[in-house]
Amino acid sequence: MFIDQLFNGLSHGSILLLIAIGLAITFGLMGVINMAHGELMMVGAYTTYVTQQWFANDMPHSAGLYFVVAIPLSFLIAALLGWGLEKSLIRHLYRRPLDSLLATWGISLILQQTARLIFGAPNVAVVPPSWLDGGIRLFGAVFPYKRLFILCLVLAIVFFLYLYLMKTRAGRRIQAVTMNRSMAACLGIATQKVDAYSFAIGSGLAGVAGCALTLLGPIGPTIGTYYIVDAFMVVILGGVGKLAGTLLGAFGIGLISTFVEYSTSATMAKVIVFVLIIAFLQWKPSGLLNVRTRSLD
Amino acid sequence: MVNQRWGYWLFFAALFLAPFYLTEFRLSLLGKFLCLAIVAVGISLIWGYTGILSLGHGVYFGLGAYCMAMYLKLEASRGHLPDFMEWSGVRELPWFWKPFSYPMVAIAAAIALPTLLAALLSYFTFKNRIKGVYFSLLSQAVVVVLVTLFIGKQEWTGGTNGLTNFSTVFGFSLSSPLTQIVLYWLTTICLALIFVAARRLTSGRLGKVLIAIRDAENRVRFLGFNPTVYKVFVYSLSAAFAGVAGALFVLQVGLISPEMMGIIPSIEMVLWVAVGGRHSLMGAIVGAIVMNTAKSFLSENYPDLWLLLLGALFVVVVLFVPKGLAGIYESLVAVRIKAKRGHEREARVDVS
Repeated sequence: MFIDQLFNGLSHGSILLLIAIGLAITFGLMGVINMAHGELMMVGAYTTYVTQQWFANDMPHSAGLYFVVAIPLSFLIAALLGWGLEKSLIRHLYRRPLDSLLATWGISLILQQTARLIFGAPNVAVVPPSWLDGGIRLFGAVFPYKRLFILCLVLAIVFFLYLYLMKTRAGRRIQAVTMNRSMAACLGIATQKVDAYSFAIGSGLAGVAGCALTLLGPIGPTIGTYYIVDAFMVVILGGVGKLAGTLLGAFGIGLISTFVEYSTSATMAKVIVFVLIIAFLQWKPSGLLNVRTRSLD
Repeated sequence: MVNQRWGYWLFFAALFLAPFYLTEFRLSLLGKFLCLAIVAVGISLIWGYTGILSLGHGVYFGLGAYCMAMYLKLEASRGHLPDFMEWSGVRELPWFWKPFSYPMVAIAAAIALPTLLAALLSYFTFKNRIKGVYFSLLSQAVVVVLVTLFIGKQEWTGGTNGLTNFSTVFGFSLSSPLTQIVLYWLTTICLALIFVAARRLTSGRLGKVLIAIRDAENRVRFLGFNPTVYKVFVYSLSAAFAGVAGALFVLQVGLISPEMMGIIPSIEMVLWVAVGGRHSLMGAIVGAIVMNTAKSFLSENYPDLWLLLLGALFVVVVLFVPKGLAGIYESLVAVRIKAKRGHEREARVDVS
């Protein structure tokens, strides 16, 4: 029983991490409140849906392989959309976080309605690839492959993101701009370019999250609003500006809410976890891990 | 300045006389919009003046509405259990429902509960200097939590259907036109009082401190003020306004459900204020009325278009008209005054 709950908690945490990891870049590193993040997930989810339809119609023999194509495809499409969004709207609002919150909310409404016009308001189901059916039996508990796959996907994303940010030139530029924008600009980094591609990467990760969410159930135009608040809570709890914080925050919330849910109900779990987050912020107002700084604002 | 005051008088007089020149249907719509305008005044206070963006006002509005609705429901059930409780197999009235059979308790709770919740949330966040977008996101999380709670505890709250099917208030039938007109007048009076109170508040010393907090909170702190106290006060006050609005709303509309206090209504409230002009209390009122009129017209005739338009409006207002309708009005007035001064100067040149 305990192992069951532990696995459920880890699985819940991995889903939270998946939806929050893109935000950890756009919100955590860049400080942009992108309320359309959930809709970028939706774009990824619908991309997966379209890919699956395409494979099922044109290549029925290798229909199960669609998922391998869908992951990079949803990354690309969501990233492109995010890039366009940054270029056209968000760059004008870097100094006005509250306004960017409202404007991106507007974008999210537009994207939702567009999805509704194209795919219809009812949810659509994506048939998961057959190689992800079933699960492993261990210690008397069943671990479904789908959940294990998501867990592995998330860990792989975190690993590569870490490598990218720490070991590549482009990633280090992102870090430099986050730490001290004007100094980075003086040293010859094109900060606006860096902004654009960091935002695109964050958006692309949202797309991948949407793609993975299709494994868990049907998707609809409002799938984003369902997850967005949780995603922001993860980043706030984890501490803004540190990827490791987001990691801890996601698994922390996932485990705690699963265990609370087990002993009460899903509704009460949500309430209790929220109260715990507020209580935790009393103790550490800037989250689990934070960037040490001497500045006041 | 004198002109402006006359303008306000005229505006409220026109609202007050509305029952004489509007049809019953339009009056009921206007009454609903005026309730929402009360919320807008509160949002303008916290957002336009103090710089706190709350995405949680739907909850305060909803709490006020639910408190009033509980009383109405008990009165409509005439001593029996409310119908939805019987359906979900509740045998006895829960203890926290009991006080709501007294209307005065219900009205007091409709104001006190939202205020208390807002005070708790804002105290614990502002005390730790959590501000800006973090507060906005936390207030949005409160919405999610409360809506889930209200839907989940179906046997106590009526679940997704909410509370409806009321018959009387203080023994007067809610469906009679006369009751509705009296309620409309009550709403207008409340709006006018709240508007005057908010104006008094912002034109005095307190208003200056609030604006200072918005512009440079740390400087205010260094000058020896405690911004937390001011922020908690003004945030709770605006929640109280929302509670009043909710109570009046449910009296006129006859329905409150979790859907009306969710994330989307909460953020729409902010948009009314943004469209009207966040820095202007009158702008907020006008914004709420204009936006809701547009909504009730467009969402009935072109439901698909409405959401696209709403989304575009968020973007356009933020990017191009951050001061909203009030800002447009002010710049028009400024142009006129400038033109007038220009004429005077020319005239003077002629004389000399």
